[in-house]
Amino acid sequence: MSDVYYKTVNQITNVLLFVEGVKDAAYSELVEVQLEDGRRVTGQVLDTRDGLAIVQSFGETSGMNTQQTRVRFLGTTARLNVSTDMLGRVFDGMGRPRDGGPQIYSNESLDITGAAINPYAREEPSEFIQTGISAIDGMNTLVRGQKLPIFSGSGLPHNRLAAQIARQAKLLNDSEGFGVVFAGIGINSEEANFFKREFEETGALDKSVMFLNLSSEPSMERIILPRLALTAAEYLAYSQNMHVLVILTDMTNYCESLHEISAARNEVPGRRGYPGYMYTDLATIYERAGKIHGRKGSITQLPILTMPGDDITHPIPDLTGYITEGQIVLSRDLHRKGVYPNIDVLLSLSRLMNQGIGKGRTREDHRGVADQLYAAYARGKELRSLTEIVGEEALSANDKQFLAFADKFEDGFVNQGYSEDRDIEKTLSIGWELFKDLDVREMKRLKDEHIAKYGKWDNAAK
Amino acid sequence: MAGIIYRISGPVVTVNGLDNPKMYDVVKVGEAALIGEIIKLEGGNAIVQVYEDTSGLRPGEKVVNTGAPLSVELGPGLISSIYDGIQRPLDKIMASVGDFIARGVTADPLDTKKKWSFKPTVKNGTEVKGGDVIGEVDETSLIKHRVLVPPGVAGKISGLGDGDFTVTDTIAKVATGNGTVEIRLAQKWPVRAARPVAEKIMLDAPLLTGQRVIDTLFPVAKGGTAAVPGPFGSGKTIIQHQLAKWSDADVIVYCGTGERGNEMTEVLATFPELKDPKTGRPLMDRTVLIANTSNMPVAAREASIYTSITIAEYYRDMGYSVALMADSTSRWAEALREISGRLEEMPGEEGYPAYLGRKVAEFYERAGKVHTLNGSTGSITAIGAVSPPGGDTSEPVSQSTLRVTRVFWALDAALANSRHFPAINWLNSYSLYADDLAKWYAENVGNDWHDLYQGAMRTLQRDAEINEIVQLVGYDALPEMDKLTLDIAKSIKEDYLQQSAFDDVDTYTSMQKQHLMLKAIMELGNEEAAAVKRGVSTAQLSGLQVKQKIARMKFVKEEAVKAYYDDIMKDIAAVKDMKPETMQ
Repeated sequence: MSDVYYKTVNQITNVLLFVEGVKDAAYSELVEVQLEDGRRVTGQVLDTRDGLAIVQSFGETSGMNTQQTRVRFLGTTARLNVSTDMLGRVFDGMGRPRDGGPQIYSNESLDITGAAINPYAREEPSEFIQTGISAIDGMNTLVRGQKLPIFSGSGLPHNRLAAQIARQAKLLNDSEGFGVVFAGIGINSEEANFFKREFEETGALDKSVMFLNLSSEPSMERIILPRLALTAAEYLAYSQNMHVLVILTDMTNYCESLHEISAARNEVPGRRGYPGYMYTDLATIYERAGKIHGRKGSITQLPILTMPGDDITHPIPDLTGYITEGQIVLSRDLHRKGVYPNIDVLLSLSRLMNQGIGKGRTREDHRGVADQLYAAYARGKELRSLTEIVGEEALSANDKQFLAFADKFEDGFVNQGYSEDRDIEKTLSIGWELFKDLDVREMKRLKDEHIAKYGKWDNAAK
Repeated sequence: MAGIIYRISGPVVTVNGLDNPKMYDVVKVGEAALIGEIIKLEGGNAIVQVYEDTSGLRPGEKVVNTGAPLSVELGPGLISSIYDGIQRPLDKIMASVGDFIARGVTADPLDTKKKWSFKPTVKNGTEVKGGDVIGEVDETSLIKHRVLVPPGVAGKISGLGDGDFTVTDTIAKVATGNGTVEIRLAQKWPVRAARPVAEKIMLDAPLLTGQRVIDTLFPVAKGGTAAVPGPFGSGKTIIQHQLAKWSDADVIVYCGTGERGNEMTEVLATFPELKDPKTGRPLMDRTVLIANTSNMPVAAREASIYTSITIAEYYRDMGYSVALMADSTSRWAEALREISGRLEEMPGEEGYPAYLGRKVAEFYERAGKVHTLNGSTGSITAIGAVSPPGGDTSEPVSQSTLRVTRVFWALDAALANSRHFPAINWLNSYSLYADDLAKWYAENVGNDWHDLYQGAMRTLQRDAEINEIVQLVGYDALPEMDKLTLDIAKSIKEDYLQQSAFDDVDTYTSMQKQHLMLKAIMELGNEEAAAVKRGVSTAQLSGLQVKQKIARMKFVKEEAVKAYYDDIMKDIAAVKDMKPETMQ
C-alpha cells in the first residue's frame, strides 16, 4: 500500500475521476478517495497511462472537488477476505458488514474477478435438483452446477419463486441441502427484508451469506457486488465443499450501472446504448457457475432480471439468454389469471435438462412426458388464438380436446401453491392424468412402452 | 531492446520504444509475460491486444517482442486435443496450474516427448516441393497424418528417417536454393495467412450430416459455407454438435468461441463415447476442439477463429475433407468490436468496425474444395453459428455473413417453442448448392430424389398458403384436397423434418433411409390424393393405420428399415381399393 496521496485530480464526472501525474497505477487497482470532509470512498482504475489514471468511484462523487480531494492507490486489485464466518452474515456492496457484526478476518483473501474455470476441468452438470415446482422439474429441469435465470417483469412474483426454489431445492438421494449466497443488487428494502425473513423462517440463514446494495445506495457498488457474492460462493463451494445456490437479483440493475459507466467514459455504445462488451462482462459473472472434476462442491446460479417493458429481445435478457443454460420466463398473462408460479413453459428452457433426467435420475418417461406436454400445450395455445377469430365451433373434435387441455394444463400442472412441494413422481403423474383426455394416437412424443406402463387411458383407447 | 508500457485500457495496451515492431508480431507483456499481438503502429508506439486479463499491469513494465506473428504449431497430436484460442492445450494447462486458468501460463501445443512412428513415402534424392507428402504417421485410429513439406520449401530431399520421432526431431533435409531446410513432424504457420493451394475447384458432393432437414431440403456441399442464425434457445449449438458428430467429413474442427464452458464440457464428455457411424471408431479420433469460452479473454476469442481454420487448412492440405464449426461467429465479431472500440476507431453500424464485412468474408473464403499443392483433393466446409440480438437477422453480423455464405439455415423461435427440432424454418432457409448437387443425389440416392424433394417443398409451400386461409375461414370450410395437403404437410413436418438429437436411432439418418422415409410419405400422399378424387373423404383417410407406421419409421434401425418400408408400401397399395363411404 502506498502512502502517497495525489492531489492532482483534474476532472470529476458523476462516476469518474481523472488523476494526473500518476506514473504507474495498475489496471484495475483499487484506490481510496479522501474528501475534504474526511469521507473516504473506494474506487478502481479503469484506464491507466504514464501521467494519468482514470478512476471509477464506487461511492457518491458529491462533495468531491479538484482542489482538496486526495487519492491514494492501494497497490492491489479488489479482494475479499473469505472464511466460513461469512455464513449467516449480511454485507454491503463493498463487502463491509451491514448487520452490525464484526469484520471478517481471515488469512485467505481472494481476487474478486475470479479466474475462468478451465473448460477441461469442468464436470458436466447432471444431478437433478428437485425444486418441487412442476413447471420447472417436469419441463425445465434444473441440475446442480447450472445457471438458470428467471426472466421476469416489474410487478411479477419472481422473488417468491426464487425463495420457494431456495427453500425446496434438494437432490433426490442426498439429504444435503444447499447453502445460499444471496446478492441483492439495487433492490429495495422490502425485497431485502422479504428474503431475510424467508431465510430466517426456513432456517437457511445459518447456511447463507447475503450481500445487499439497496436502491438508495451507490449504484457503482452494484458492479462489485455480484463478484463479491460469487467469490464467497466459490470459496464455500471449492474450499469448503458446499453446494451453493447463488441468487442474483436484479441483474437489470447491474446492467444499468454498467451502462452508466460506459456513458461516463464516452464509449462507443453497442445495441440500445448498452456497452459493446456487455456480453463478455455478463459472461464473467454467469460463467462462474459450474462443477469441477474432483471437487465436491458446486455453484448453481439463479439470476433474476426484470425485462424492461416485458421485452425479451431487450439486450439485458437477450445477452443473458445467450450465456445462461436456459431461462425461466414469467408470464404476465398467467399472473393475471391467478396462476402461480406464472411460468411460461413455452418460452422457458433448460439446456441441461437431458443430462439430469431419465432412467436412474428421475424416471424413464420424463423426456417423453415433457415433450408431449410442450407439444400439446403449444397446440392448445395456438388454437386458443385461432378461436378468437373463427370461434370454437369451427374446430374439429380433436382440436377442441387440445384447446381444453391448454386450460387444464395451466390450472392443474403449472399452478401450485407457494408452499406446495411436489416430488417428481407427482409432477409426472399429473402429466399423464392430463394426457388422458387427449386422443392416444396424437401422443407422438410418448413411447409405446411408456404409454403401456403409465398411460391412464382405458384399455380400449390404448 | 524491450519496450515500456505506456497505457493500459482493458485488453489494449500501448507500448513505447519497442524494437522493430511489425504488425501482428507476438509480444510478451509485463512481468507476468502476458501474450499479446501488435494490432496497430502509431509513431513510436505499438498498440497491443493482450490475450489475457490485464488486471494489475502497470505503466512502466517491460514488453518484449518475439519478432514472429501469431502462429499455430501443426503436426501429429492435434487430433483429439483441446486448445484455447491461441492454441494453448487446456489439458496440459490444467495439469500445470490447476482448475482455473492462470495468467502468463504457457505450454507446448504438441507433446514434444511423444514419439510417433514415421514411415517415409518418398526416397532420398527425390525432388520435393512445398505441400508434397514425404511420409505418414498413424495419428489416431481414423487419421493417417501425412507429413507435408512446408509451403515455400523445394529441393532434393535427403536424410529421410524411418522409425520413431518426436515432433521436434529432424526427419529429413531439403537442399533448397538458399541452404538446407530441416523437416520435422511439426511445422509452424501464421494464423492470419491462408495456407496456399494449387486451385479451388467446383463443389459436387454434399456434406452428409444425417440430419434430414439439412440433407434433404437444404444441403451444404463439401467445401461449402453455411450460416446458422437464430435467437437463443433455438438450438444452434445442438445443430452444431449434431453436425460435428454425424457429418461424413474426415476431420472435424470444432471452435467454441465466446460460448458456454459447459457446452465444451459436454463435447468432451460425449465425443469419446460416440462412434463414427461409418467406421465405428470414437468420434474424438477425428476431432480437434478449440474452446475460448465467453469468460476467457476477449482478444484470444478474436484469434480462435483463425487458429481453427489454420488447423483445418493443414488437414485439407493432406487431402482430407474437413468440416469446421464455429459457434458463435457473433461472439468473435463482438471481440472485434470491443478491440475496435478500445482503439477509438470510427464505429460503423451498431458500433461494429467498418471492416467487419471484410473480416467475415475473408474467413469464409478460406473454406472451399481444392486441389492441394501435392495434387490431391481436400476441402473445408465452414459452418458458422450466428447469434443475432433478439433473433433479428437484420443486424450487421448476420447480414455480413449472409452475403458470403451459400446456405442459410434459419432457426425459428416459434418452431423451437413448439419443440419442433431442428428448428430450421423450411420457408425461409435456402441452399444455393441444390443445383450443383442434383447430379450427386440422382446418382447416389435415386433418380426419383429430385421429384420427391420438389414434391415435399411444394407441399410445404402450399401448406403455408392454406394455413393463411384457415385463419380467415376456419378448417371446415376448406376443400377436401386442401385438407389433405395440410395432412401431408403435417406428416412431412412431424414424421420427417422433426428429428430428435437425443434418440439413439433418430439422431442420425442415412441418405438411404431418408430416401425410403420421404418416399413412403409422398407415395401415401399420392394415393390419398387419388382417393380424394374418387370421393373418399379426408376424415375417412385419417384413420389409416399406415400413418402410425410412417410416424414411427424414424425410430426404425437402419438395418431393418427396408423391410419396414416394404411393409408400409403394401399398406399404401391397399389405399387404391378405398371407396367413398356412402352416406347413411
